[in-house]
Amino acid sequence: MKYVLLFVGTMEDQERFEKMPPEAMEAGMKLAQQWFEDYGRSGKIVGGEQLQGPQTATTVRFENGKPIVTDGPFIESKEIIGGFAIVDVKDLDEALDMAKAWRAGPVEVWPAVER
Amino acid sequence: MVRLIGNFDIAEEVVQDSLVAALERWPEQGIPDNPGAWLMTTARRRAIDILRRDRRYAEKVALLERSTLPDDPAEADDRLRLIFTCCHPALSQEAQVALTLRAVAGFTTQEIAAAFLVAEPTMAQRIVRAKRKIVAANIPYRLPSGPDLPARLDAVLSVLYLMFNEGYLSRGPSVSARRDIAEDALWLASLVDRLLPNQAEVLGLMALMRLHLARSKARFDAAGQMVLLPDQDRALWDPEAIAEGVHTLEAAALLRRPGPYQLQAAIAAVHAEALSWDGTDWDQVVRLYDRLLRLVDSPVVRLNRAVALSHVAGAEAALGEVNDLAMALGDYHLFHATRAELLDDLGEHSLAREARQRALELCQNPAERALLERKLAG
Repeated sequence: MKYVLLFVGTMEDQERFEKMPPEAMEAGMKLAQQWFEDYGRSGKIVGGEQLQGPQTATTVRFENGKPIVTDGPFIESKEIIGGFAIVDVKDLDEALDMAKAWRAGPVEVWPAVER
Repeated sequence: MVRLIGNFDIAEEVVQDSLVAALERWPEQGIPDNPGAWLMTTARRRAIDILRRDRRYAEKVALLERSTLPDDPAEADDRLRLIFTCCHPALSQEAQVALTLRAVAGFTTQEIAAAFLVAEPTMAQRIVRAKRKIVAANIPYRLPSGPDLPARLDAVLSVLYLMFNEGYLSRGPSVSARRDIAEDALWLASLVDRLLPNQAEVLGLMALMRLHLARSKARFDAAGQMVLLPDQDRALWDPEAIAEGVHTLEAAALLRRPGPYQLQAAIAAVHAEALSWDGTDWDQVVRLYDRLLRLVDSPVVRLNRAVALSHVAGAEAALGEVNDLAMALGDYHLFHATRAELLDDLGEHSLAREARQRALELCQNPAERALLERKLAG
């Protein structure tokens, strides 16, 4: 069964990360890479991306039938999605084990609709 | 199914439960060769569970002793798996409690709603949503694996303790309903013990529940009014239940893995073995609270410790410690009730009155409210 893991961070975390010295930043990124490598080898990851920061996002919505393009995410909030992974595992506990192994922040675990 | 059981409501619930069970297990285990028969067997087992639950606690225990649990490991596994599934952390704690009461202890939705003073449709929805989440998120129907077990067992014990407290102090109207849920929580804890033996905190929780239940006849007087521990007629305490509770606690201690439930049980045991409130070994109680605080530093535990402290170091010292908890416990009626008692001890009767009134404003439990009102009137 597929689950989408959303890797959550806060604006504060993001800013702190960007201000880190390069070695610390590299170490942090290695953790994330390691996670993807380890679980990738087990075949449990079927997709995923790291997302660039919220300041790079753009939102499209409709008002009065007309598309409106605005700068930034849909909801301006302190919590940001730093990335996501699509995993294919036996059950929720397996997805949760993977989420527990992610050391860079909270993870939301969403079951995908089965088709 | 109705033919077999003779009760349509039970039959309906049983069939539904069997369908949910099917939904849970068939994706994982494959559809059985004879799905109809599987459903019937599952439903029949559920019905037996529910009918058993309708008998009195003593009979239930007797049934458990005579049950096929030791001879049928598959069924024992089943029940344990069910308990752990109902108490999965992906469900909210209120959902865990409601679902465990419904699916494991066999209470009806109506009974659970009444016990928790929640409207029945609300409780029904809570239970249905929990079942749906189990299916939708694919919460597995199995025992947690080795490294996960301690934390998951903790969650089960929390649910059982919450259940016990709700039953024991229930805001619901009838005394018998209260005791049933509390006794069933004990029954479930003993079931977990049978299925997962030698877990010190499971035994600790059982001891705690037994020692509390030992006092239940003294909690309410002839007029149906609540009597607090200091004023209870200790002749009404059940010495056999106390002995059993102490024995269970000793068994837990032998496992050399202390924990919060064992410590709370030890405190209850000190009270249970005292001939009177004044004759209680308060030093020992304070020391036990100190050990408990090292494991669980909560303001409520500190509050309870302060009550014991007043008997060792005087009301003023105790009041000082209680006042320090004002920020944390300002909305807790027992904080104000405790302050009131200590203020009375110090002769500050009008301040005590104010505190008691504040407690009344914050208190939901009808029996406790009545008690506070009596104290304010008398």
